[in-house]
Amino acid sequence: MSGADVADGPKPRFFEARRKVFPRRVDGTFRRLKWAIMAVTLAIYYVTPWLRWHRGEYAPDQAVLVDLAHRRFYMFSIEIWPNEFYYVVGLLIMAAVGLFLVTSAVGRAWCGYACPQTVWTDLFVHVERAIEGDRNAQIRLDRARWGVEKIAKRGTKFAIWLLIAMTTGGAWIFYFADAPTLAREFVTGTAPFVAYSTVGILTFTTFTLGGLMREQVCIYMCPWPRIQSAMMDEKSLAVTYKDWRGEPRTHGLKRAQAHEAEAAPSLVRLAQGEKVGDCIDCNACVAVCPTGIDIREGPQIGCITCGLCIDACDEIMEKVDRPTRLIGYTTEADMKLARAGGTPMPPLKRLLRPRTIIYFLIWAGIGCGMLFALGTRTHMGVSVLQTRNPLWVRLSDGDIRNTYTVKVRNMEGRPRSFAVSLSGIDARMWTDGGSRETAGRTVTINVPADRVAKTQIFVVAPAQGPQRSELLFTVTALDGQKTAASDGSYFERPEGNP
Amino acid sequence: MADNKRIDAATGTSTVGHEWDGIEELDTPMPRWWLVILWATVVFAIGYCIVYPAWPLLHGATPGIWGWTSHGQLARETAQENARRAPILAALATTPIDRLPSDPKLLAAAVEGGRSAFKVYCVQCHGSGAAGSRGYPNLNDDDWLWGGDLKTIQQTITDGIRFPGDDKTRMSQMPAFGRDGILNPAEVDDVVSYVRYVSHQEAASAAAKRGKTLFANNCAVCHGPDAKGNRTVGAPNLTDAIWLYGGDRDTLVQTVTNARYGIMPAWGHRLDPVTIKMLAAYVHSLGGGEADPAAPAVAAAQAGENVGR
Ligand code: SF4
Ligand code: SF4
Repeated sequence: MSGADVADGPKPRFFEARRKVFPRRVDGTFRRLKWAIMAVTLAIYYVTPWLRWHRGEYAPDQAVLVDLAHRRFYMFSIEIWPNEFYYVVGLLIMAAVGLFLVTSAVGRAWCGYACPQTVWTDLFVHVERAIEGDRNAQIRLDRARWGVEKIAKRGTKFAIWLLIAMTTGGAWIFYFADAPTLAREFVTGTAPFVAYSTVGILTFTTFTLGGLMREQVCIYMCPWPRIQSAMMDEKSLAVTYKDWRGEPRTHGLKRAQAHEAEAAPSLVRLAQGEKVGDCIDCNACVAVCPTGIDIREGPQIGCITCGLCIDACDEIMEKVDRPTRLIGYTTEADMKLARAGGTPMPPLKRLLRPRTIIYFLIWAGIGCGMLFALGTRTHMGVSVLQTRNPLWVRLSDGDIRNTYTVKVRNMEGRPRSFAVSLSGIDARMWTDGGSRETAGRTVTINVPADRVAKTQIFVVAPAQGPQRSELLFTVTALDGQKTAASDGSYFERPEGNP
Repeated sequence: MADNKRIDAATGTSTVGHEWDGIEELDTPMPRWWLVILWATVVFAIGYCIVYPAWPLLHGATPGIWGWTSHGQLARETAQENARRAPILAALATTPIDRLPSDPKLLAAAVEGGRSAFKVYCVQCHGSGAAGSRGYPNLNDDDWLWGGDLKTIQQTITDGIRFPGDDKTRMSQMPAFGRDGILNPAEVDDVVSYVRYVSHQEAASAAAKRGKTLFANNCAVCHGPDAKGNRTVGAPNLTDAIWLYGGDRDTLVQTVTNARYGIMPAWGHRLDPVTIKMLAAYVHSLGGGEADPAAPAVAAAQAGENVGR
């Protein structure tokens, strides 16, 4: 039991006020990488709904469209129907396995670079800096009394944030309707209520989460860090302060240089033969960290592995003329090796290990399977539902009639005709539009573009026969394309027939 | 318990004072926004209770300041739905039933409306799948006592069969040949043999031969000389495979001896004409519906052709 009595400790608090984080501006490899990724992801997000893709007169011309009303999902030349939801499931599984793969290889890369929370926060932080200045100016403004300057700066900042937040929510709705039409409706006030409410909600959440709460979302609200931490192992990359190189720290640049010259060994008490560490305790790594943590305290859940502290420290190391990457992406295994004085594992060997290879094979396997299924699908389908009440009907001439609801899917953007034929038993059929006089062994069903046609089909067969026989409805496209689909069912007769 | 509280040396946070197998819980305060959200939900709940009906009283509940009730919402939604259906119902009201097939959309709406009305008014006798039962006709088959075209079905539903209290109901009565002494039991047996012969249930026999004469003298007036029935009086076709009460010997002896007198209620007294029209359309769609017997003649006459009579 290590602990002191509470009497002389701090008073219990009901809540903890947020420790404000004012990340300093930094430039470097990872900052530039982040800029590039931000530009690409935001561009994809904003531009995608406006891409056009001609699909003919019966289908929308939007390249990527989630058409909830008609339950269709369009993505370039691919059109997904609700019954093909397994493609979406496949994509989700690929995303999950892909995450395992990426995390086991390069750690929490998602958090630091691709997560929308990170991207939008970065954008907001940048706007903030443009208006309020860098870290020190921001701290000064935050402490300053409310006055014209503070109101003006905060007001401008919030206004721009609000604009960004609105365009974020605004872009989202265009994925669910024809973008140009919706845009026109939106500004003229005739868009559906759900469009306005969606934009409202997303504006609010973007503003609050990206602008005001920032690192609080990553540390307290998001489950991802916990999950990703569980998926990492000792060979996954993580941002690491190389304490074996940095410690013991010196304080300040000048003192460091003094140490270097071995002019003033008394400034830091060193054991006999010990060398001073590379870290000059300049706090640059802490100042630039968007989540406000000190990476020198070791790996922690607050670190989103954005790499900005690496850029900051590299800058310092160059100034004091020491090797860079005192903070860097390192694996736990390499860290142990380095502490013991060994050389790190070559990157290729580290990346190609059974774990990553298996993840990759699963991931690629699902992807290839889906591509194959997409390439070979028939753009049509049939499902047969037997009427079970009544199961059979005796007709006046003694024959037995069964009834089926046949749904034929035409998944192409033009009207098509299909022939439905029957096999398995000697029977004749007609649709609800016809009569027994018109019965034959096939019927023709016309299906509008991109729709499902539901037809009642009556099948009649002699009463003599087994009580239950299998039968198969086969649907063939009549437009010359050799595509067919079939669905089985049963023909039922009354009990006691031979 | 408070005595056990201590400051954790590593974090500088006080512990809550519990200990499980040497593991202690830190009394880490939650972030402020968390608390703010908690209070926001409390405020929201209070506002909700003021705005909407919330607290149960002896009769009902507090009304809420906006006057919203679930009953009111239901009434509004029902009114909306009724308004949506109004044009369809109006079109159904003005379209004669024999014109429905030429308007597939309207016909489909009528069939769906009839399906739900059937579940309310008709399933008690005809069964939920309209398959009927002994004494109650199966509406799925192609055998009709009084006729199976749209118009006739509509008439049957409106005025019923042998329904007392409806002037236009269709009447007919089979004589109780045995009970009233028109035929003696041996003769009834012979007639039954004959009927079973014409319906291919029995081979020709001396009894059937005797029954043939008896049938011609007593039954043919309604069931027709060839026993194929007569729809104007609802006399069933005796040569087909469908039996309303059963085609076995015992049942047929019963039928000939005591006669049958099936009654169907006249729904014109209870249901509006549109509902009846929808019911007729639904029954017609079950697979046995017949074409309008007058239609070809009309079409031919319109084409200016002289239909041979
Ligand atoms: S510690 Fe470094 S890598 Fe981690 S969040 Fe802070 S700046 Fe980014
Ligand atoms: S930036 Fe580098 S030198 Fe400066 S405190 Fe951080 S680790 Fe030490």
